[in-house]
Amino acid sequence: MSMIEFHDVEKYYGKFHALKDINLTIDRGEVVTIIGPSGSGKSTLLRTINGLERITEGKLIVNDFDLAEKNTNMDKIRKNVGMVFQHFNLYANKTVIDNITLGPRLVLHRDRAEVEKEALELLDMVGLKDQAQKYPAALSGGQKQRVAIARSLAMKPRAILFDEPTSALDPEMIGDVLDVMQTIAKQGMTMVVVTHEMGFAKRVGDRIIFMADGQILEDATDVAGFFDHPKDPRAQEFISKIFNH
Amino acid sequence: MLNILTNNFGTLMSGLGYTLLSSLIALVFSLIVGTVFALMEISPAKWVRVIGKTYVEVIRNIPLLVITMGFYVIVPKYLLPVDGFTAGTIGLTIYTSAFIAETVRAGIESVAVGQMEGARSVGLSYAQAMRQIVFPQAIKIVIPPLGNQFINLVKNSSILAFVAGFDLMYQGKIIANATFNTFDTYLVVGLLYLVLTMPMSYLMRHLEKKWVTA
Repeated sequence: MSMIEFHDVEKYYGKFHALKDINLTIDRGEVVTIIGPSGSGKSTLLRTINGLERITEGKLIVNDFDLAEKNTNMDKIRKNVGMVFQHFNLYANKTVIDNITLGPRLVLHRDRAEVEKEALELLDMVGLKDQAQKYPAALSGGQKQRVAIARSLAMKPRAILFDEPTSALDPEMIGDVLDVMQTIAKQGMTMVVVTHEMGFAKRVGDRIIFMADGQILEDATDVAGFFDHPKDPRAQEFISKIFNH
Repeated sequence: MLNILTNNFGTLMSGLGYTLLSSLIALVFSLIVGTVFALMEISPAKWVRVIGKTYVEVIRNIPLLVITMGFYVIVPKYLLPVDGFTAGTIGLTIYTSAFIAETVRAGIESVAVGQMEGARSVGLSYAQAMRQIVFPQAIKIVIPPLGNQFINLVKNSSILAFVAGFDLMYQGKIIANATFNTFDTYLVVGLLYLVLTMPMSYLMRHLEKKWVTA
């Protein structure tokens, strides 16, 4: 059962060709990592999946909705497809617990007490139960990102998109965030992760995609094999640059 | 100088009252109208943006006196009768609303894009995200420049003097004409404006400290 399907997708910003002939199917429960040099279109690809960017041409089916269709209600897609951002994007004017409960209350129209109980369970899972009443400004980067993951999970989404979730973190914070992501992956969540964490890609990913210049150049289910013997020359160059410095 | 104040105390206080009343009405309505046009200026719909921008650009580039005269002369002639106080207060409201719209718009735009994206990514609609997340943060940012606009508004209410609005400036003009003591009269009038604006300044500073740092 596919969760996300790209069919001949093209994306332009004015004259800039950001995504070129993307064909990609991601199944439910799959954990896909996307790697590649900066400016290769990884984030753009990810952001098209929940409609933060619209595609110019082609067909994009997410959770059985056609995103290229003008009448598709993007809010309905986003309700089912969570997103975790590089810079967290927690609501600065809301406490941690309110950050998590706002979506379920306003979008899913659920009861406050019930949602707060679940939010505390999620905070417990990410190791931040005692931070519930703080504002985001009082948290470290790693804590913020774990709250952002809890916020996303509170909507009980079908899939979560991660846009370089550890790139803005201090090195000692990265492990905690990756641990939480691994836990979610084990629970069977469909995950698409744009990342520079090659260890995570190897350990947790079911599949790896290498992008450069707006194209998917390699798409491998044998993740360890990809790191040992990338086929595409640009992937070879990219991998060697990462591991030989 | 003191006898200008004591001899005309009733008249001056009546003028102060009209100035205060006009300022309060204009403050409330220019805040509402200005916020509406600020939201229009950043609307996702292009035609709404065009209307918002046009309003702001036209209004803020016409002198206050011209706008007020428009309401005092043109509206009674073709539409319905309005007195000086009403015409002046409407002119003041419309004029100030364009500046408030620009101030509020700048505040909203200074809230990081990620705040809107974060809210949209959990399925909140544009309106929900604006109301719950972006707007409350923008208001805090906007308090200091909004304070400036309100102080300007109180001082600009002296426009009522030109359209027989019975405000402080209008009464001052009458007293000056009657006593020929222009210097002392306008000194008293100036001090009375300070009585209105200084507490406002302090109040704004207080709010700034309390809200902006919270």
